[in-house]
Amino acid sequence: MTFTSTTRIPVSGLSKHVGALGRAREFGILVALAVVVAAATAKNPSFLFSADGWRDLLLTPSILVLVAVGQAIVIITRNVDLSVGSVMGLSAYLTGRLFIDVPGLPIPVVVLVAVAFGGALGLINGALVAFARVPAMVITLGTLYAYRGINVMWAGSSRVNASDMPKEFLALGTGQILWIPTLAIIAFVVLAAAAWYMRNTRGGREYYAIGSDPAAAELYGLKVTRRILTAFIISGALAGLAGVFYAARYGSVSSQAGAGWELDAVGAAVIGGVAITGGVGSVWGAAIGAILLMTINRALPILGIPDFWQRAVVGVLIIGAIVLDRWLAVRQRRQLIEARDNS
Amino acid sequence: MTTPTTTTNRVAQDFEKPLWRRVLLTREFAIVGLLVLVTIVAAAGVRGFSQPITLNYLLLDIAPILLIALPMTLIMITGEIDLSVGSMVGLASVVTGIGVQAGIPFEAAALLALLVGAIGGAFNGFLVTVVGLPSLAVTIGTLALFRGLAVGLLGTTAITDFPEMWSALAKAKIAGTTIPYISVPFAVLFAIFVVLLHFTPFGRGIYAIGLSKDAARFSGVHVERTKLILFILAGVVSAFAGIYYTLRFGSARGDNATGLELQVIAAVVLGGVSVFGGRGHLYGVVAAALLIGVLASALRLANVTSDVINIITGVLLVLSVVTASVLTWLQKTRRRPRRPPRVAASTAS
Repeated sequence: MTFTSTTRIPVSGLSKHVGALGRAREFGILVALAVVVAAATAKNPSFLFSADGWRDLLLTPSILVLVAVGQAIVIITRNVDLSVGSVMGLSAYLTGRLFIDVPGLPIPVVVLVAVAFGGALGLINGALVAFARVPAMVITLGTLYAYRGINVMWAGSSRVNASDMPKEFLALGTGQILWIPTLAIIAFVVLAAAAWYMRNTRGGREYYAIGSDPAAAELYGLKVTRRILTAFIISGALAGLAGVFYAARYGSVSSQAGAGWELDAVGAAVIGGVAITGGVGSVWGAAIGAILLMTINRALPILGIPDFWQRAVVGVLIIGAIVLDRWLAVRQRRQLIEARDNS
Repeated sequence: MTTPTTTTNRVAQDFEKPLWRRVLLTREFAIVGLLVLVTIVAAAGVRGFSQPITLNYLLLDIAPILLIALPMTLIMITGEIDLSVGSMVGLASVVTGIGVQAGIPFEAAALLALLVGAIGGAFNGFLVTVVGLPSLAVTIGTLALFRGLAVGLLGTTAITDFPEMWSALAKAKIAGTTIPYISVPFAVLFAIFVVLLHFTPFGRGIYAIGLSKDAARFSGVHVERTKLILFILAGVVSAFAGIYYTLRFGSARGDNATGLELQVIAAVVLGGVSVFGGRGHLYGVVAAALLIGVLASALRLANVTSDVINIITGVLLVLSVVTASVLTWLQKTRRRPRRPPRVAASTAS
C-alpha cells in the first residue's frame, strides 16, 4: 500500500522531499490512530482484544469511511457536500422500506437501488453546482434541508425496525469473515477502488487539477463540468451505500438517521490531509481520519476523559490538522522557491 | 440590475441607470416584496395569523437568527464565513448558567458570557488572519470545539434557575404593543451595523475586501484587522443571542441552538449576500430572516409539519442562488456587443 502525495513537482531532487511530505501526512494520522488504540488498550485490554472490541473498532467507522471518501473527492475539486448526512438518512430509510413494501426482493437489488438513489440525489447537487455555477456550500446547504425534510415527511414518526428486515441483511451488518467485519471489508474494497481511481486514472488526476486551479483547468481544456458532476454523483452514491450499511448495522432507522454526519465527514477529510481549498489530499487520509474520529469517541471514556469532551477533542484535532496543513504548505513553497533559485 | 456577482465582472453600481431601477430591481427588494406578499397571503389565508400575538411569537422565535445575521452578513461580504456561531450561542448559554449556579449575580455571568464570546471570536479571527487558514475549515473546527466545551462543561444536565426579572424581560412586550423587548437591542444593533457598513470607511473597506483582497490592501484597507474585528463582533453578538436564548427558554443546556448557524447562513444568502463576497445589504438579510420566520409561522398555524417547512426553506435557498446565477449570466450575454467593435483607424504614419 503506497500512500502518495499528489503534489508531485518535476523539480529534480525536490520531488522526493515533496512526496515524502505527502506520505508523512497519512503516516502521521496512522501513527496517531495507533497511539490512541494503544493507550486505550493499555488501560483496558478488552478495547482491542475482545471479540466485541475488535469488531467495533473496524465496524462502526466503516460507515463514516464511505461518506468521508465521497466527501474527500468533492473537497479535492474545491467544493463541499453538506447534504451527505441527509442523503444517507434517506437511503437508509429507503432500504428499510424496500424490504417492507417489496418482500422477496434480493438483497443485492436493494443495495443497488439505494446506491443509485444516492447517486441521483448527488446528481441534483452536481447539476446545480456544475451548470448553474453556484457555490456548492449554499446548494448543498439547501439540499441538506430539503432532503431531510423529505425524509421526515416520508417517515413521519414511524421507524424501520430490525424485525422488518431479512436476517441475511442484518447478518451482513454484524457478520464477520475471518474475524473482520463484512462491512469493513466492503468499505475497504470501495476505498481501495476509489484510491486507485484518484491516483491512477486520468479522471482522478483531473479532480486534483480542477481543485488546484479551476480557471487554469478550464483553459487547459479539461471537462470541468463533467468532472464536478461526477464527483457529486460519487459522493451521493457513497452516501447511499453508507445508508445501506447504517440500516444493516443498526437495524433500526428513524427519520433522523445520519443527521450531523456531514460535518463529521468534512472533519474526517480535513484531519486526513484533504485541504479545504482543494487540490491536495488522498482518500486514504480521509479514511484514516474517519477511523480516528470514531475510535476517539470510544477511547475517551476508557482513558478517563468523560465522553462529553469528545466534540471538543474533535474540534482541536480539526484545527490542529489545518494548522499543520498550513505550516506544511508554507514550508513547501519556501522549499520550491529555494530550489528554483538554486537551480 | 445592479452588481453582478461573478468574480471577473464585479463593477460598482451603474450610476447611468435611474435611481428607481437601481433600488427596485435588486435581489434585496425582491425579497422585501416577497416578504410583503407572503405576509398578505398568510394574513388572508391562514386562520389565526393576523392576530397581534403572532408577531410576538414570530419575533421571539427568530430573534437569535436576526441578531447573529447582522455580523454574519459583514463577515460574508468580506468573503469569509463563520460556522461556529451556533456553538458559541450554546457555550454562552452554558457559561451564563454555570455562573448563575456558582452564585455570582446574573449581570456578571452575562458579562462573562459576552467575554467568552469575544475570546472565541478572537480565536477564530486569529486563525483566519494571523495563521492564514481558510475560514470554512477553521470555523468547522471551532464549531466542534465550542460545542464540545459547552457540552463538556455541563454534561447532560440543564440549569434552569434564573432571576425572575431577567427571564420576564426576555419575554415581555413593549407596553401597549405585542412587540417583544428583544426588538430594542436588535434595532440598536441594526442601526449600529448599518452605520458601520454604509457610512464609515471601515464599512467601505469590508466591501473592498470582498471584491478584491489585494486591491483593498494596496488601497490602504487594514484587511487583517478588519476581519479580526468582524469575527470578534460575531462572537460577542452570538454570546448575546445565547444569553437571550437562555432567558427565553429558561434553560441553559450544552446543546442549545444546535444547527442555528445553518439557519443564519440561509437567511443571509437568501437576503442577497453573495457567498463570494463583495455584495449584499443588511435590509435584504433582515427581510429574508423575517420571510423565513413568517413562512414557518404561517405554515405552522396552517398545521403544516416542520419537515415541509424545512423543504421549503431548502428549496427557497437553492432557488435564490440559482436565479441570481441565471440573472448574472443573462446580464453577461446581454452586455456582449452584437458585432465586433470597429477598430479606430490609426493616425500614425
